[in-house]
Amino acid sequence: MDFEIRIGKWVEELVTFMLDHFQPTFDAIATVVNGFGGAIDFVLVGAPAWLLIGLIVATSLWRVGTGFAVFTVAALSLIAGMGLWTETASTLGLVLTATLLSLLIGVPLGVWMARNRVVESIVRTTLDFMQTMPAFVYLIPAVMFFGLGRVPGILATVIFAMPPAVRLTSLGIQQVPAEIVEAGKAFGCHDRQLLFKVQLPNALPSIMAGVNQTMMMALSMIVIASMIGAGGLGNVVLQGIQRLDIALGFESGLSVVLLAIILDRITQSFGQTAAASRPVRFAFLRRFLPVPAR
Amino acid sequence: MSTMTRSAVSVGGPASLGFPRSAARSGTGEDAAVRLEVRNVYKVFSADPKPALSMLRQGASKAEVLEKLNVNVGVLDASFQVRAGEIFVIMGLSGSGKSTMIRLLNRLIEPSSGEILLDGKDLVSMSKAELIQARRRNMGMVFQSFALMPHLTALDNAAFGLEISGASKAERHKAAQQALEQVGLGTYAHRYPREMSGGMQQRVGLARALANDPTILLMDEAFSALDPLIRTEMQDELLRLQREQQRTIVFISHDLDEAMRIGDRIAIMEGGRIVQVGTPYEILSRPADDYVRSFFRNVDASKVLRAGDVARFEATNTVIRLPGELAPALHQLRENHHNFGYVRTPEGHFEGIVSRATLERELNGPQPRFVNAFLPGVRTVNASAPIHSLLALVADSEWPVPVVDDDDNFLGAISRALMLHTLVRGD
Repeated sequence: MDFEIRIGKWVEELVTFMLDHFQPTFDAIATVVNGFGGAIDFVLVGAPAWLLIGLIVATSLWRVGTGFAVFTVAALSLIAGMGLWTETASTLGLVLTATLLSLLIGVPLGVWMARNRVVESIVRTTLDFMQTMPAFVYLIPAVMFFGLGRVPGILATVIFAMPPAVRLTSLGIQQVPAEIVEAGKAFGCHDRQLLFKVQLPNALPSIMAGVNQTMMMALSMIVIASMIGAGGLGNVVLQGIQRLDIALGFESGLSVVLLAIILDRITQSFGQTAAASRPVRFAFLRRFLPVPAR
Repeated sequence: MSTMTRSAVSVGGPASLGFPRSAARSGTGEDAAVRLEVRNVYKVFSADPKPALSMLRQGASKAEVLEKLNVNVGVLDASFQVRAGEIFVIMGLSGSGKSTMIRLLNRLIEPSSGEILLDGKDLVSMSKAELIQARRRNMGMVFQSFALMPHLTALDNAAFGLEISGASKAERHKAAQQALEQVGLGTYAHRYPREMSGGMQQRVGLARALANDPTILLMDEAFSALDPLIRTEMQDELLRLQREQQRTIVFISHDLDEAMRIGDRIAIMEGGRIVQVGTPYEILSRPADDYVRSFFRNVDASKVLRAGDVARFEATNTVIRLPGELAPALHQLRENHHNFGYVRTPEGHFEGIVSRATLERELNGPQPRFVNAFLPGVRTVNASAPIHSLLALVADSEWPVPVVDDDDNFLGAISRALMLHTLVRGD
């Protein structure tokens, strides 16, 4: 066939062009992300295991309940017992970094999207595109622009994990009942007050659901990102696969699952509290899920 | 007023004496100041309203504009005045444009054309910053769905308007607490909306609107979402507040009973147009067209109307008590063929009823005095009493029953004939 559309070639040229001309920008981004991720990693990995475990258990007790706190103690002790604590702490650091960066970009973007039609249509298309791409695809440009290591791992994760934060922020704001927004205006809110005093607080349950989703997606991606040297538990999983070491593979896999459960329940609890301040809608759920009393 | 000092007999109409004719509910007369004036306001929902507006100005109807231009018309040439201290009810079925109308008043919806004057200042031509100031200072709003902030306590919800206008925490909490106490929720300040019943939530909504002490209160179907018992309770609450503070209120309702119950005056809307404005009694007794008439067909006049609506004030049988002025009073009654005269002080307070016979008796006596000419056993009724509760009293009374307002001002009297005429209206 003579007819050929060489998109791959064009993209390659574009990437080369960007690498040639925007290297300082990429370096700056890398420095910031590395500093940010490094600091979090330094604290989490550097802190004594018992302190970190104590903090996580205390949070579980406060946010979720006694039963779950017991589970957290058992799960974290198991991880430490398997000798995977350092890797787990490192993964936790990567997840937190990626989640924070995702929210830092995603929430404002979601707000903008909710308030502007043009932005909405552009962002929505981009998000659809981002979410249909296989996760591995993000690793390629990340490596091209930032090489191997923690920074491309975090950035690939941010891109992968951001869509729910954007979508659920936008959705949350759009779903604020019309009369509540009217009430805000009728009592004399200007635009910024309307956003911060009316729309965002009312959208909080939805935004917290986005935080939970983002964190879960970040965790799943950060394991994959170990293929480009992000480190943490993903590295151990990768070793297990490469060496066909079933024991190591299982232990590291189990650690990821336990960490996921703990993070999920804790972030969910924040969403639940926010949701509980909505009348009726989530009331039936509160019977099944332990919610801390205020 | 100089004529009053010379003659014992009031000669002017009610307005010239400073007497409200229909002061049944809040004592607002036709002479009260105009607080809000709406002049030729149109709202068409279109990016370019001009073609639709010119069609409407040439007399096209809402349906014609929709058919020809595919443009929705919300409000069509609305003009009315809301007087200081009255409850002005805008009533209509769904789709009549009443919800759009109230949102035009604080520009939650921008009018396409026309003027809206609040205390003489045109809201339509205000800049955004001026409008925000006007909303903060002069306007409160109560919503059908309450529209409370779920993340704030009752106190913080009530303080919302003040928070927005930048009041300090202590200041706004003090005002909010006062507002909550006004609506009977003083002890519920720290509850969240989800912990309160619908009626209580709407009380918070009302407190929020009252907290910044607005010039005008806009209430959009404020009680429609409440069950009937609570709705009546809230209407009573509103009337009670109104007796204390005399606010200017624009109240939207689709409920005729509610409109008749709380409205000093009612505007009826149909198809975006205001078809009639008047007191409940005026609209009930003289409906402007068949639409309004059909609206009122099933209304039981005896339940809807109050003594103040029906009472007829006649200058010819109303006597002002001044010392030694019995003879002119008797002359006035004779001239006008009245058997009974209603006596009031120069300030307007009701004193009693005299008859021609008792006046003659006193004048023939040694020391003629008004007080001795009063008939014994006179009962007055309050203007807010529904007339179905007066049937027996009026039927048994020898003379037309005098009606007074809360301050004991004489408003007029209800005779048997008048009562019957009211009850059989239109049938």
